Amino acid sequence: MISVYHYMSVSAILFAMGTYGVLTRRNAIVIFMCIELMLNSVNLTFIALSNHLQSMDGQIFVFFVMTVAAAEAAVGLALMIAFYRNRESIDVDNINLMKL
Amino acid sequence: MTTALFYILGIILLAATLMCITRRNPVHAVIYLVAGFFALALMFYLLGAPLVAAWEVIVYAGAIMVLFLFIIMMLGLAPQEVPEGPGWQRWLPLALLSASLMACTLLLILEDPAAGQKVGGFYLAPQALGEALFGRYAMAVEMVSFQLLFATIGAYLLGRPLPKGEDQ
Repeated sequence: MISVYHYMSVSAILFAMGTYGVLTRRNAIVIFMCIELMLNSVNLTFIALSNHLQSMDGQIFVFFVMTVAAAEAAVGLALMIAFYRNRESIDVDNINLMKL
Repeated sequence: MTTALFYILGIILLAATLMCITRRNPVHAVIYLVAGFFALALMFYLLGAPLVAAWEVIVYAGAIMVLFLFIIMMLGLAPQEVPEGPGWQRWLPLALLSASLMACTLLLILEDPAAGQKVGGFYLAPQALGEALFGRYAMAVEMVSFQLLFATIGAYLLGRPLPKGEDQ
């Protein structure tokens, strides 16, 4: 029988993979994707606990997490385009100054 | 049945994520991440959250990941050269993951043809979730819509062309 711990373990592994990606990759867009991955592992935790506690509140929170993720993706990708316009690159090693 | 589906979906999810964070080509990473999100959506359905599973596919796999793909293509970050020879072997892992996902979907349909309450112990109907969102949590939904509006304005301000004279 699958308990809530199984789902939490999958979520923890997913979060760890996202952290690994953020720390090791140098392409800023891939780093953003890894952040989305971490947000999704949190979503899995919310849904699993909502199931475990027989309550809908976890699913309500997932709605808000998804909205935050959409807003973050829009602003983050606009930032990437602005950086690319200035530096011709989105390598995070080149993003060490906020000015031109 | 639920146990088997959980293990299959978990393996697909973790394998697709592992492929995603190790690919050099960002386009391949996006495609593997979309496969992982589909597995996650099926897992949400297994946990009795069908509406959230639909959001996962529509918002994450459909909108956000396509936005990433669009930006990668627009900035020309994808490698330009096309590999020679048979290209299908390169997509074999993805094809296997997608085929397993399709098999899982068919298993779910076989298990519960009416998309009813039997799969998990707990099932939250989309109608109940919608009523809660626009009833008890209506003010929070309004605030989140403001947040989306501000994000849109911020993205516009960041992306607008620089006026002449300010440019370098």
